[in-house]
Amino acid sequence: MTPRLLLCGDSALTIQIGETIDAECNARIIALAAEVEAAVRAGALEGVQDIVPTYRSLLVCYDPERIRGAELGSRLLVLAGQPRETAQARRLWRVPCLYGGEVGQDLEEMARMKGLTPEELIALHSGADYRVYMIGFAPGFAYLGGQPEILHTPRLPKPRQNIPRGAIGIGGQQGNINSVAGPSGWRFLGWTPVRSFDASRPEPFLFRAGDHVRFHPIDAEEARVLEARSAAGKMIVTPEEIGL
Amino acid sequence: MTLDVLSAGPMLTVQDAGRFGLRHMGVSPAGPIDRAAMALANGLVGNAPGAAALEFAGPAGSFRCDRPVRFAIAAADCVIRIDKRVVLAGESHRLNPGETLTVGAPDGAVWAYLAFSGGLDLPGVLGSCATHLRSGLGGIEGRAVRAGDRLPLGEQTPDAPCLRPESPVFLHEEGPIRLVLGPQDSSFSPEVIRSLTEREFIVTPQRDRMAMVLGGVELPAAKGHDIVSDGTVPGSVQVPGSGMPLVLLAESQTTGGYPKIGTVASVDLARLAQMPVGARFRFSLVTPAEGEDLWIAKQARLRQMLRSFVAKPESVLRSDYLLSCELVGGFYDVEEILRPVTLPDRDRRP
Repeated sequence: MTPRLLLCGDSALTIQIGETIDAECNARIIALAAEVEAAVRAGALEGVQDIVPTYRSLLVCYDPERIRGAELGSRLLVLAGQPRETAQARRLWRVPCLYGGEVGQDLEEMARMKGLTPEELIALHSGADYRVYMIGFAPGFAYLGGQPEILHTPRLPKPRQNIPRGAIGIGGQQGNINSVAGPSGWRFLGWTPVRSFDASRPEPFLFRAGDHVRFHPIDAEEARVLEARSAAGKMIVTPEEIGL
Repeated sequence: MTLDVLSAGPMLTVQDAGRFGLRHMGVSPAGPIDRAAMALANGLVGNAPGAAALEFAGPAGSFRCDRPVRFAIAAADCVIRIDKRVVLAGESHRLNPGETLTVGAPDGAVWAYLAFSGGLDLPGVLGSCATHLRSGLGGIEGRAVRAGDRLPLGEQTPDAPCLRPESPVFLHEEGPIRLVLGPQDSSFSPEVIRSLTEREFIVTPQRDRMAMVLGGVELPAAKGHDIVSDGTVPGSVQVPGSGMPLVLLAESQTTGGYPKIGTVASVDLARLAQMPVGARFRFSLVTPAEGEDLWIAKQARLRQMLRSFVAKPESVLRSDYLLSCELVGGFYDVEEILRPVTLPDRDRRP
Protein backbone atom coordinates (compact mmCIF):
# COMPACT_ATOMS: atom_id res chain seq x y z
CA MET A 1 0.00 0.00 0.00
CA THR A 2 2.54 2.59 -1.17
CA PRO A 3 0.75 5.86 -1.94
CA ARG A 4 0.97 6.92 -5.58
CA LEU A 5 -0.27 9.88 -7.59
CA LEU A 6 -2.76 9.54 -10.47
CA LEU A 7 -3.20 12.37 -12.98
CA CYS A 8 -6.62 14.03 -13.10
CA GLY A 9 -5.99 16.84 -15.56
CA ASP A 10 -4.52 20.23 -14.79
CA SER A 11 -6.48 21.21 -11.69
CA ALA A 12 -6.87 17.99 -9.70
CA LEU A 13 -4.76 15.08 -8.49
CA THR A 14 -5.64 11.73 -7.00
CA ILE A 15 -3.46 10.13 -4.36
CA GLN A 16 -4.22 6.42 -4.26
CA ILE A 17 -3.29 4.10 -1.40
CA GLY A 18 -4.73 0.74 -2.49
CA GLU A 19 -6.55 -1.07 -5.29
CA THR A 20 -9.39 -2.74 -3.43
CA ILE A 21 -12.18 -2.04 -0.99
CA ASP A 22 -10.67 -2.54 2.41
CA ALA A 23 -11.54 -0.89 5.71
CA GLU A 24 -7.95 -0.28 6.80
CA CYS A 25 -7.04 1.47 3.55
CA ASN A 26 -10.25 3.51 3.74
CA ALA A 27 -9.47 4.55 7.33
CA ARG A 28 -6.06 5.80 6.14
CA ILE A 29 -7.75 7.85 3.42
CA ILE A 30 -10.20 9.39 5.90
CA ALA A 31 -7.22 10.26 8.15
CA LEU A 32 -5.26 11.74 5.20
CA ALA A 33 -8.29 13.83 4.18
CA ALA A 34 -8.47 15.19 7.74
CA GLU A 35 -4.77 16.12 7.59
CA VAL A 36 -5.07 17.88 4.24
CA GLU A 37 -8.12 19.75 5.54
CA ALA A 38 -6.19 20.81 8.65
CA ALA A 39 -3.22 21.97 6.55
CA VAL A 40 -5.55 24.01 4.32
CA ARG A 41 -7.30 25.56 7.34
CA ALA A 42 -3.94 26.41 8.91
CA GLY A 43 -2.88 28.17 5.70
CA ALA A 44 -0.04 25.67 5.21
CA LEU A 45 -1.39 24.36 1.88
CA GLU A 46 -2.32 27.11 -0.60
CA GLY A 47 -4.64 26.79 -3.57
CA VAL A 48 -6.56 23.64 -2.52
CA GLN A 49 -10.23 24.14 -3.38
CA ASP A 50 -11.91 20.85 -2.59
CA ILE A 51 -11.04 17.34 -1.47
CA VAL A 52 -12.90 14.09 -2.06
CA PRO A 53 -11.93 11.09 0.08
CA THR A 54 -13.06 7.83 -1.57
CA TYR A 55 -12.62 4.10 -0.87
CA ARG A 56 -8.91 3.98 -1.48
CA SER A 57 -7.88 7.39 -2.78
CA LEU A 58 -8.14 11.10 -2.15
CA LEU A 59 -8.99 13.54 -4.96
CA VAL A 60 -7.58 17.03 -4.37
CA CYS A 61 -8.80 19.92 -6.55
CA TYR A 62 -6.49 22.90 -6.84
CA ASP A 63 -6.21 26.28 -8.48
CA PRO A 64 -3.19 26.19 -10.83
CA GLU A 65 -2.84 29.95 -10.46
CA ARG A 66 -2.03 29.42 -6.76
CA ILE A 67 -0.23 26.07 -6.66
CA ARG A 68 1.19 23.85 -9.38
CA GLY A 69 0.23 20.18 -9.49
CA ALA A 70 3.85 19.02 -9.27
CA GLU A 71 4.40 20.83 -5.96
CA LEU A 72 1.02 19.81 -4.54
CA GLY A 73 1.67 16.18 -5.50
CA SER A 74 4.96 15.98 -3.66
CA ARG A 75 3.44 17.60 -0.57
CA LEU A 76 0.53 15.14 -0.62
CA LEU A 77 2.96 12.21 -0.84
CA VAL A 78 4.76 13.51 2.25
CA LEU A 79 1.48 13.78 4.17
CA ALA A 80 0.41 10.30 3.02
CA GLY A 81 3.74 8.85 4.13
CA GLN A 82 3.03 9.73 7.75
CA PRO A 83 -0.19 7.81 8.49
CA ARG A 84 -2.06 8.79 11.59
CA GLU A 85 -5.09 7.19 13.18
CA THR A 86 -8.19 9.26 13.78
CA ALA A 87 -10.39 8.35 16.70
CA GLN A 88 -13.92 8.77 15.39
CA ALA A 89 -16.79 7.12 17.31
CA ARG A 90 -18.52 4.67 14.98
CA ARG A 91 -22.21 4.99 14.36
CA LEU A 92 -24.64 2.25 13.25
CA TRP A 93 -27.72 3.16 11.21
CA ARG A 94 -30.55 0.61 10.93
CA VAL A 95 -32.15 1.41 7.58
CA PRO A 96 -35.61 0.05 6.69
CA CYS A 97 -35.87 -1.37 3.15
CA LEU A 98 -38.89 -2.27 1.04
CA TYR A 99 -37.43 -5.06 -1.14
CA GLY A 100 -38.62 -5.70 -4.70
CA GLY A 101 -41.50 -3.84 -6.32
CA GLU A 102 -41.17 -0.97 -8.76
CA VAL A 103 -37.95 0.50 -7.35
CA GLY A 104 -36.34 -2.85 -6.53
CA GLN A 105 -36.85 -3.80 -10.17
CA ASP A 106 -33.74 -6.01 -10.39
CA LEU A 107 -34.45 -8.21 -7.34
CA GLU A 108 -35.93 -11.18 -9.21
CA GLU A 109 -33.50 -11.13 -12.11
CA MET A 110 -30.54 -10.89 -9.73
CA ALA A 111 -31.88 -13.81 -7.68
CA ARG A 112 -32.13 -15.86 -10.90
CA MET A 113 -28.57 -14.85 -11.91
CA LYS A 114 -27.27 -16.04 -8.54
CA GLY A 115 -29.40 -19.21 -8.42
CA LEU A 116 -31.19 -17.95 -5.30
CA THR A 117 -34.80 -17.30 -4.42
CA PRO A 118 -35.67 -13.60 -3.90
CA GLU A 119 -36.16 -14.39 -0.17
CA GLU A 120 -32.65 -15.87 0.07
CA LEU A 121 -31.21 -12.84 -1.67
CA ILE A 122 -33.06 -10.49 0.73
CA ALA A 123 -31.75 -12.50 3.70
CA LEU A 124 -28.17 -12.16 2.42
CA HIS A 125 -28.50 -8.44 1.68
CA SER A 126 -30.15 -7.58 5.01
CA GLY A 127 -27.88 -9.90 7.00
CA ALA A 128 -24.68 -8.04 6.15
CA ASP A 129 -22.89 -5.30 8.08
CA TYR A 130 -22.01 -2.44 5.72
CA ARG A 131 -19.46 0.28 6.18
CA VAL A 132 -19.96 3.76 4.67
CA TYR A 133 -16.68 4.03 2.79
CA MET A 134 -17.41 7.34 1.21
CA ILE A 135 -19.97 9.98 0.35
CA GLY A 136 -20.00 10.87 -3.32
CA PHE A 137 -21.63 10.90 -6.73
CA ALA A 138 -24.58 12.98 -5.45
CA PRO A 139 -25.22 14.97 -2.23
CA GLY A 140 -25.20 12.60 0.76
CA PHE A 141 -24.93 9.48 -1.47
CA ALA A 142 -23.40 6.72 0.68
CA TYR A 143 -21.19 4.07 -0.92
CA LEU A 144 -21.36 0.90 1.12
CA GLY A 145 -18.75 -1.80 1.43
CA GLY A 146 -19.18 -5.17 3.10
CA GLN A 147 -21.50 -6.64 0.50
CA PRO A 148 -21.50 -10.48 0.63
CA GLU A 149 -19.41 -11.67 -2.32
CA ILE A 150 -22.24 -13.60 -3.97
CA LEU A 151 -24.11 -10.29 -4.40
CA HIS A 152 -21.28 -8.63 -6.33
CA THR A 153 -22.73 -7.84 -9.80
CA PRO A 154 -21.38 -5.66 -12.63
CA ARG A 155 -23.18 -2.41 -13.39
CA LEU A 156 -25.59 -2.28 -16.35
CA PRO A 157 -23.85 -1.54 -19.67
CA LYS A 158 -26.18 1.41 -20.21
CA PRO A 159 -27.27 3.56 -17.24
CA ARG A 160 -31.02 4.01 -16.64
CA GLN A 161 -32.19 7.60 -16.77
CA ASN A 162 -34.34 8.01 -13.66
CA ILE A 163 -33.79 6.06 -10.47
CA PRO A 164 -35.70 7.49 -7.49
CA ARG A 165 -34.32 8.82 -4.22
CA GLY A 166 -34.02 6.06 -1.61
CA ALA A 167 -33.30 3.29 -4.13
CA ILE A 168 -30.99 0.64 -2.64
CA GLY A 169 -28.70 -1.04 -5.12
CA ILE A 170 -25.55 -2.91 -6.05
CA GLY A 171 -22.81 -1.78 -8.45
CA GLY A 172 -19.86 -4.17 -8.73
CA GLN A 173 -18.89 -5.04 -5.15
CA GLN A 174 -20.38 -1.83 -3.73
CA GLY A 175 -23.77 -1.11 -2.23
CA ASN A 176 -25.59 2.21 -2.15
CA ILE A 177 -28.54 4.25 -0.97
CA ASN A 178 -29.63 6.73 -3.65
CA SER A 179 -29.84 10.20 -2.07
CA VAL A 180 -31.49 12.07 -4.95
CA ALA A 181 -33.32 10.88 -8.08
CA GLY A 182 -31.10 10.55 -11.14
CA PRO A 183 -29.47 8.32 -13.72
CA SER A 184 -27.68 5.17 -12.58
CA GLY A 185 -26.15 2.04 -14.00
CA TRP A 186 -26.55 0.14 -10.70
CA ARG A 187 -28.95 -2.75 -10.11
CA PHE A 188 -31.67 -2.07 -7.55
CA LEU A 189 -33.11 -4.42 -4.95
CA GLY A 190 -35.33 -2.13 -2.92
CA TRP A 191 -36.22 1.28 -1.58
CA THR A 192 -35.99 3.15 1.73
CA PRO A 193 -38.02 6.13 2.96
CA VAL A 194 -34.88 7.33 4.80
CA ARG A 195 -33.58 10.56 3.23
CA SER A 196 -29.81 10.62 3.28
CA PHE A 197 -29.87 14.20 1.98
CA ASP A 198 -32.32 17.02 2.62
CA ALA A 199 -31.02 20.58 2.09
CA SER A 200 -33.82 21.98 4.26
CA ARG A 201 -32.66 20.06 7.38
CA PRO A 202 -30.24 21.77 9.78
CA GLU A 203 -27.84 18.87 9.09
CA PRO A 204 -28.45 18.17 5.39
CA PHE A 205 -26.23 15.07 5.20
CA LEU A 206 -27.20 11.93 7.18
CA PHE A 207 -24.18 9.66 6.77
CA ARG A 208 -20.46 10.25 7.04
CA ALA A 209 -17.56 8.11 5.92
CA GLY A 210 -16.80 5.44 8.55
CA ASP A 211 -20.44 4.92 9.65
CA HIS A 212 -22.01 1.43 9.67
CA VAL A 213 -25.35 0.47 8.09
CA ARG A 214 -27.65 -2.56 8.35
CA PHE A 215 -30.83 -3.04 6.34
CA HIS A 216 -34.05 -4.61 7.62
CA PRO A 217 -37.04 -5.56 5.42
CA ILE A 218 -40.29 -3.66 5.82
CA ASP A 219 -43.63 -4.06 4.01
CA ALA A 220 -45.35 -1.55 1.74
CA GLU A 221 -47.61 -0.24 4.52
CA GLU A 222 -44.68 0.46 6.88
CA ALA A 223 -42.85 2.12 4.00
CA ARG A 224 -45.84 4.37 3.32
CA VAL A 225 -46.12 5.46 6.96
CA LEU A 226 -42.36 6.12 7.25
CA GLU A 227 -42.33 8.03 3.95
CA ALA A 228 -45.10 10.32 5.21
CA ARG A 229 -43.01 11.13 8.30
CA SER A 230 -39.89 11.66 6.17
CA ALA A 231 -41.78 13.97 3.83
CA ALA A 232 -42.84 16.05 6.86
CA GLY A 233 -39.14 16.67 7.61
CA LYS A 234 -38.91 14.15 10.49
CA MET A 235 -35.86 11.98 11.07
CA ILE A 236 -37.07 8.37 10.94
CA VAL A 237 -33.77 6.78 11.97
CA THR A 238 -31.18 7.68 14.59
CA PRO A 239 -27.74 6.12 14.80
CA GLU A 240 -26.50 3.89 17.62
CA GLU A 241 -22.97 4.53 18.93
CA ILE A 242 -21.00 1.31 18.58
CA GLY A 243 -17.66 2.49 19.95
CA LEU A 244 -14.27 2.50 18.27
CA MET B 1 -36.46 45.16 -8.55
CA THR B 2 -37.77 42.09 -10.24
CA LEU B 3 -37.28 40.34 -13.54
CA ASP B 4 -40.49 38.77 -14.78
CA VAL B 5 -40.14 35.69 -16.92
CA LEU B 6 -42.91 35.86 -19.54
CA SER B 7 -41.77 32.76 -21.38
CA ALA B 8 -38.82 30.42 -20.87
CA GLY B 9 -36.92 28.08 -23.17
CA PRO B 10 -36.33 24.41 -22.33
CA MET B 11 -32.96 24.89 -20.62
CA LEU B 12 -32.84 28.19 -18.76
CA THR B 13 -31.12 28.07 -15.37
CA VAL B 14 -29.75 30.44 -12.75
CA GLN B 15 -25.97 30.03 -12.35
CA ASP B 16 -23.30 31.75 -10.29
CA ALA B 17 -19.62 30.94 -9.66
CA GLY B 18 -20.64 27.56 -8.21
CA ARG B 19 -20.83 25.60 -4.97
CA PHE B 20 -17.38 24.86 -3.57
CA GLY B 21 -16.03 23.09 -0.51
CA LEU B 22 -18.72 20.38 -0.27
CA ARG B 23 -17.50 17.84 -2.80
CA HIS B 24 -16.61 15.49 0.05
CA MET B 25 -20.35 15.40 0.82
CA GLY B 26 -21.15 14.57 -2.79
CA VAL B 27 -22.13 18.12 -3.75
CA SER B 28 -21.23 19.04 -7.34
CA PRO B 29 -19.81 22.51 -7.95
CA ALA B 30 -22.41 23.27 -10.68
CA GLY B 31 -22.02 26.84 -11.99
CA PRO B 32 -21.74 27.82 -15.66
CA ILE B 33 -20.70 25.39 -18.41
CA ASP B 34 -18.74 28.25 -20.00
CA ARG B 35 -17.24 30.28 -17.17
CA ALA B 36 -15.46 32.77 -19.47
CA ALA B 37 -18.65 33.53 -21.39
CA MET B 38 -20.58 34.15 -18.18
CA ALA B 39 -17.77 36.40 -16.92
CA LEU B 40 -18.03 38.36 -20.18
CA ALA B 41 -21.82 38.80 -19.91
CA ASN B 42 -21.46 39.89 -16.27
CA GLY B 43 -18.55 42.22 -17.03
CA LEU B 44 -20.55 44.01 -19.73
CA VAL B 45 -23.17 45.02 -17.14
CA GLY B 46 -20.62 45.94 -14.46
CA ASN B 47 -21.05 42.77 -12.35
CA ALA B 48 -18.37 40.57 -10.80
CA PRO B 49 -17.51 37.58 -13.08
CA GLY B 50 -19.41 35.10 -10.92
CA ALA B 51 -22.57 37.15 -10.24
CA ALA B 52 -25.79 35.17 -10.63
CA ALA B 53 -27.01 35.23 -14.24
CA LEU B 54 -29.07 33.07 -16.58
CA GLU B 55 -27.58 30.27 -18.65
CA PHE B 56 -29.55 28.98 -21.62
CA ALA B 57 -29.37 26.38 -24.38
CA GLY B 58 -32.05 26.76 -27.04
CA PRO B 59 -34.19 29.92 -26.90
CA ALA B 60 -33.87 31.78 -23.57
CA GLY B 61 -37.37 33.26 -23.51
CA SER B 62 -38.89 36.69 -22.91
CA PHE B 63 -38.50 38.97 -19.92
CA ARG B 64 -39.65 42.24 -18.40
CA CYS B 65 -38.25 44.29 -15.56
CA ASP B 66 -39.85 46.74 -13.14
CA ARG B 67 -36.94 49.20 -13.12
CA PRO B 68 -34.41 50.24 -15.77
CA VAL B 69 -31.60 47.69 -16.01
CA ARG B 70 -28.69 46.94 -18.32
CA PHE B 71 -28.35 43.46 -19.75
CA ALA B 72 -25.85 41.64 -21.93
CA ILE B 73 -25.72 38.30 -23.71
CA ALA B 74 -22.46 36.48 -24.31
CA ALA B 75 -21.06 33.25 -25.79
CA ALA B 76 -22.86 33.42 -29.11
CA ASP B 77 -24.89 35.55 -31.46
CA CYS B 78 -28.60 35.11 -31.11
CA VAL B 79 -31.69 37.03 -32.08
CA ILE B 80 -32.25 39.58 -29.31
CA ARG B 81 -35.14 42.03 -29.40
CA ILE B 82 -36.21 44.86 -27.15
CA ASP B 83 -39.84 44.99 -28.20
CA LYS B 84 -39.34 44.99 -31.99
CA ARG B 85 -35.87 46.52 -32.04
CA VAL B 86 -33.05 44.05 -32.74
CA VAL B 87 -29.88 44.49 -30.63
CA LEU B 88 -26.54 42.72 -30.58
CA ALA B 89 -25.02 40.08 -28.32
CA GLY B 90 -21.61 40.84 -26.85
CA GLU B 91 -22.44 44.35 -25.60
CA SER B 92 -24.83 45.74 -23.00
CA HIS B 93 -28.18 47.43 -23.58
CA ARG B 94 -30.80 49.14 -21.50
CA LEU B 95 -34.13 47.50 -20.77
CA ASN B 96 -36.83 49.75 -19.38
CA PRO B 97 -40.03 48.91 -17.56
CA GLY B 98 -42.75 48.23 -20.09
CA GLU B 99 -40.34 46.86 -22.70
CA THR B 100 -40.15 43.16 -23.49
CA LEU B 101 -36.77 41.52 -24.00
CA THR B 102 -36.90 38.44 -26.21
CA VAL B 103 -33.83 36.22 -26.57
CA GLY B 104 -33.57 33.45 -29.17
CA ALA B 105 -31.31 30.40 -29.33
CA PRO B 106 -27.51 30.74 -29.41
CA ASP B 107 -26.19 30.54 -32.96
CA GLY B 108 -22.88 28.71 -33.33
CA ALA B 109 -22.65 27.71 -29.67
CA VAL B 110 -24.75 25.65 -27.28
CA TRP B 111 -24.65 27.50 -23.95
CA ALA B 112 -25.08 31.27 -23.71
CA TYR B 113 -25.46 33.75 -20.83
CA LEU B 114 -27.86 36.56 -20.07
CA ALA B 115 -26.68 38.85 -17.27
CA PHE B 116 -28.48 41.82 -15.69
CA SER B 117 -26.88 44.77 -13.90
CA GLY B 118 -26.92 44.04 -10.17
CA GLY B 119 -27.16 40.30 -10.87
CA LEU B 120 -29.97 37.98 -9.80
CA ASP B 121 -30.45 38.21 -6.06
CA LEU B 122 -31.56 34.73 -4.99
CA PRO B 123 -30.97 33.00 -1.65
CA GLY B 124 -28.02 30.59 -1.64
CA VAL B 125 -28.46 26.87 -0.95
CA LEU B 126 -25.32 25.32 0.60
CA GLY B 127 -23.46 28.56 -0.19
CA SER B 128 -24.46 29.22 -3.80
CA CYS B 129 -27.50 29.91 -5.96
CA ALA B 130 -26.11 27.91 -8.90
CA THR B 131 -28.80 25.50 -10.09
CA HIS B 132 -27.86 21.82 -9.88
CA LEU B 133 -30.74 20.16 -11.70
CA ARG B 134 -29.86 16.54 -10.84
CA SER B 135 -29.99 17.10 -7.11
CA GLY B 136 -32.54 19.91 -7.19
CA LEU B 137 -30.32 22.52 -5.56
CA GLY B 138 -30.12 26.31 -5.96
CA GLY B 139 -31.73 28.62 -8.52
CA ILE B 140 -35.49 28.52 -8.21
CA GLU B 141 -36.49 25.42 -6.23
CA GLY B 142 -33.56 23.59 -7.82
CA ARG B 143 -35.24 23.52 -11.22
CA ALA B 144 -34.96 25.27 -14.57
CA VAL B 145 -36.53 28.74 -14.84
CA ARG B 146 -40.05 28.73 -16.29
CA ALA B 147 -42.73 31.19 -17.42
CA GLY B 148 -44.26 33.04 -14.49
CA ASP B 149 -41.11 33.01 -12.37
CA ARG B 150 -40.16 36.34 -10.79
CA LEU B 151 -36.42 36.75 -10.24
CA PRO B 152 -35.27 39.39 -7.75
CA LEU B 153 -32.53 41.70 -9.05
CA GLY B 154 -29.64 43.00 -6.95
CA GLU B 155 -28.51 46.58 -6.35
CA GLN B 156 -27.03 48.38 -9.35
CA THR B 157 -25.64 51.77 -10.37
CA PRO B 158 -28.48 53.02 -12.56
CA ASP B 159 -26.50 55.64 -14.48
CA ALA B 160 -23.51 53.47 -15.38
CA PRO B 161 -22.85 53.40 -19.14
CA CYS B 162 -23.57 50.49 -21.43
CA LEU B 163 -20.32 48.72 -22.38
CA ARG B 164 -18.80 46.89 -25.28
CA PRO B 165 -15.38 45.25 -25.73
CA GLU B 166 -12.71 47.45 -27.24
CA SER B 167 -11.92 44.84 -29.90
CA PRO B 168 -13.66 41.63 -31.03
CA VAL B 169 -13.66 38.94 -28.35
CA PHE B 170 -12.51 35.39 -29.02
CA LEU B 171 -13.36 33.35 -25.93
CA HIS B 172 -12.00 30.06 -27.20
CA GLU B 173 -9.07 28.83 -29.22
CA GLU B 174 -9.08 26.50 -32.21
CA GLY B 175 -7.42 23.19 -33.01
CA PRO B 176 -7.60 19.83 -31.25
CA ILE B 177 -9.11 19.50 -27.78
CA ARG B 178 -6.28 19.05 -25.32
CA LEU B 179 -6.41 16.10 -22.96
CA VAL B 180 -4.32 14.86 -20.02
CA LEU B 181 -4.21 11.04 -19.83
CA GLY B 182 -5.33 9.41 -16.57
CA PRO B 183 -6.26 8.59 -13.89
CA GLN B 184 -7.22 5.14 -15.31
CA ASP B 185 -5.53 5.21 -18.74
CA SER B 186 -3.79 1.95 -17.73
CA SER B 187 -7.21 0.22 -18.00
CA PHE B 188 -6.96 0.66 -21.79
CA SER B 189 -4.73 -1.05 -24.36
CA PRO B 190 -2.04 0.98 -26.22
CA GLU B 191 -4.14 0.70 -29.43
CA VAL B 192 -7.14 2.28 -27.69
CA ILE B 193 -4.92 5.06 -26.29
CA ARG B 194 -3.60 5.67 -29.83
CA SER B 195 -7.13 5.83 -31.25
CA LEU B 196 -7.80 8.69 -28.81
CA THR B 197 -5.58 11.03 -30.80
CA GLU B 198 -5.61 9.37 -34.22
CA ARG B 199 -9.33 9.20 -34.83
CA GLU B 200 -12.16 11.72 -35.00
CA PHE B 201 -14.82 11.97 -32.31
CA ILE B 202 -18.35 13.24 -32.96
CA VAL B 203 -20.53 15.27 -30.59
CA THR B 204 -23.78 13.31 -30.05
CA PRO B 205 -27.20 14.69 -29.06
CA GLN B 206 -26.90 12.95 -25.67
CA ARG B 207 -25.80 15.94 -23.64
CA ASP B 208 -26.91 18.09 -20.77
CA ARG B 209 -25.29 20.15 -18.00
CA MET B 210 -23.88 17.01 -16.38
CA ALA B 211 -22.13 15.34 -19.29
CA MET B 212 -21.85 14.93 -23.04
CA VAL B 213 -21.55 11.58 -24.79
CA LEU B 214 -19.03 11.32 -27.63
CA GLY B 215 -19.45 9.07 -30.65
CA GLY B 216 -17.24 8.06 -33.55
CA VAL B 217 -14.69 6.03 -31.61
CA GLU B 218 -15.34 3.21 -29.15
CA LEU B 219 -12.91 2.85 -26.28
CA PRO B 220 -13.14 -0.67 -24.83
CA ALA B 221 -11.33 -1.04 -21.50
CA ALA B 222 -9.03 -4.09 -21.40
CA LYS B 223 -9.40 -4.27 -17.62
CA GLY B 224 -13.20 -3.88 -17.67
CA HIS B 225 -15.52 -0.93 -17.17
CA ASP B 226 -16.08 -1.26 -13.41
CA ILE B 227 -13.58 0.33 -11.07
CA VAL B 228 -13.73 0.96 -7.35
CA SER B 229 -15.43 4.38 -7.44
CA ASP B 230 -13.13 7.35 -7.05
CA GLY B 231 -13.22 11.12 -7.47
CA THR B 232 -14.27 12.79 -10.72
CA VAL B 233 -13.98 16.37 -11.95
CA PRO B 234 -15.56 18.41 -14.74
CA GLY B 235 -13.54 17.30 -17.76
CA SER B 236 -13.19 13.65 -16.68
CA VAL B 237 -13.60 11.35 -19.70
CA GLN B 238 -15.42 8.34 -18.27
CA VAL B 239 -15.87 5.21 -20.35
CA PRO B 240 -18.88 3.05 -19.35
CA GLY B 241 -19.47 -0.47 -20.68
CA SER B 242 -20.90 0.86 -23.97
CA GLY B 243 -17.35 2.02 -24.85
CA MET B 244 -18.76 5.46 -25.68
CA PRO B 245 -16.82 8.11 -23.76
CA LEU B 246 -18.73 10.54 -21.59
CA VAL B 247 -17.18 13.92 -20.74
CA LEU B 248 -18.31 15.31 -17.41
CA LEU B 249 -19.29 19.00 -17.35
CA ALA B 250 -20.12 21.66 -14.73
CA GLU B 251 -22.91 19.62 -13.15
CA SER B 252 -20.65 16.59 -12.87
CA GLN B 253 -21.08 14.08 -10.07
CA THR B 254 -18.22 14.06 -7.52
CA THR B 255 -17.31 10.37 -7.84
CA GLY B 256 -17.85 7.63 -10.38
CA GLY B 257 -17.22 3.96 -10.99
CA TYR B 258 -16.25 3.94 -14.66
CA PRO B 259 -12.58 4.08 -15.69
CA LYS B 260 -11.49 7.56 -16.74
CA ILE B 261 -9.16 7.43 -19.72
CA GLY B 262 -8.28 11.12 -19.49
CA THR B 263 -9.28 14.59 -18.39
CA VAL B 264 -10.01 17.42 -20.84
CA ALA B 265 -7.63 20.33 -20.21
CA SER B 266 -9.39 23.13 -18.32
CA VAL B 267 -8.59 25.56 -21.13
CA ASP B 268 -10.60 23.50 -23.66
CA LEU B 269 -13.51 22.08 -21.66
CA ALA B 270 -15.92 24.94 -22.39
CA ARG B 271 -14.87 24.93 -26.06
CA LEU B 272 -15.76 21.23 -26.30
CA ALA B 273 -19.06 21.77 -24.46
CA GLN B 274 -19.95 24.57 -26.91
CA MET B 275 -19.55 22.36 -30.00
CA PRO B 276 -22.84 21.70 -31.79
CA VAL B 277 -24.22 18.18 -32.22
CA GLY B 278 -22.50 16.47 -35.16
CA ALA B 279 -19.28 18.48 -34.80
CA ARG B 280 -16.12 16.42 -35.38
CA PHE B 281 -12.93 16.96 -33.48
CA ARG B 282 -9.67 15.35 -32.38
CA PHE B 283 -7.92 15.14 -29.05
CA SER B 284 -4.25 15.99 -28.55
CA LEU B 285 -2.32 15.02 -25.44
CA VAL B 286 -0.74 17.50 -23.04
CA THR B 287 0.96 17.09 -19.66
CA PRO B 288 -0.65 18.53 -16.52
CA ALA B 289 2.02 21.27 -16.44
CA GLU B 290 1.22 22.24 -20.05
CA GLY B 291 -2.48 22.27 -19.20
CA GLU B 292 -1.78 24.52 -16.22
CA ASP B 293 0.27 26.92 -18.37
CA LEU B 294 -2.52 27.11 -20.97
CA TRP B 295 -5.11 27.75 -18.25
CA ILE B 296 -3.02 30.42 -16.52
CA ALA B 297 -2.49 32.20 -19.86
CA LYS B 298 -6.18 31.99 -20.67
CA GLN B 299 -7.15 33.45 -17.29
CA ALA B 300 -4.73 36.35 -17.87
CA ARG B 301 -6.30 37.02 -21.29
CA LEU B 302 -9.79 36.86 -19.78
CA ARG B 303 -8.90 39.36 -17.05
CA GLN B 304 -7.33 41.64 -19.67
CA MET B 305 -10.49 41.40 -21.75
CA LEU B 306 -12.70 42.20 -18.74
CA ARG B 307 -10.63 45.36 -18.11
CA SER B 308 -10.82 46.58 -21.69
CA PHE B 309 -14.51 47.43 -22.02
CA VAL B 310 -15.37 50.87 -23.32
CA ALA B 311 -18.57 52.87 -22.91
CA LYS B 312 -20.93 52.69 -25.86
CA PRO B 313 -21.88 56.04 -27.35
CA GLU B 314 -25.43 56.74 -26.28
CA SER B 315 -27.90 59.39 -27.28
CA VAL B 316 -28.40 62.11 -24.68
CA LEU B 317 -32.07 61.36 -25.04
CA ARG B 318 -31.86 57.95 -23.46
CA SER B 319 -35.01 55.95 -23.63
CA ASP B 320 -35.30 55.71 -19.84
CA TYR B 321 -35.04 59.49 -19.63
CA LEU B 322 -37.77 59.83 -22.23
CA LEU B 323 -39.93 57.37 -20.40
CA SER B 324 -39.51 59.39 -17.24
CA CYS B 325 -40.88 62.40 -19.17
CA GLU B 326 -43.92 60.32 -20.13
CA LEU B 327 -43.47 61.32 -23.74
CA VAL B 328 -44.16 57.87 -24.96
CA GLY B 329 -47.56 57.32 -23.45
CA GLY B 330 -49.57 57.37 -26.63
CA PHE B 331 -48.07 59.56 -29.28
CA TYR B 332 -44.50 58.64 -29.87
CA ASP B 333 -42.40 55.54 -30.10
CA VAL B 334 -39.03 55.78 -28.36
CA GLU B 335 -37.46 54.57 -31.60
CA GLU B 336 -39.02 57.48 -33.50
CA ILE B 337 -37.59 60.02 -31.11
CA LEU B 338 -34.10 58.53 -31.10
CA ARG B 339 -33.93 58.36 -34.90
CA PRO B 340 -31.71 61.04 -36.49
CA VAL B 341 -33.72 64.08 -37.42
CA THR B 342 -34.01 64.93 -41.13
CA LEU B 343 -34.72 68.56 -41.71
CA PRO B 344 -37.41 69.44 -44.27
CA ASP B 345 -36.17 70.88 -47.57
CA ARG B 346 -37.38 74.39 -46.97
CA ASP B 347 -35.08 74.81 -43.95
CA ARG B 348 -31.97 74.01 -45.94
CA ARG B 349 -29.82 77.01 -46.66
CA PRO B 350 -28.18 77.29 -50.03
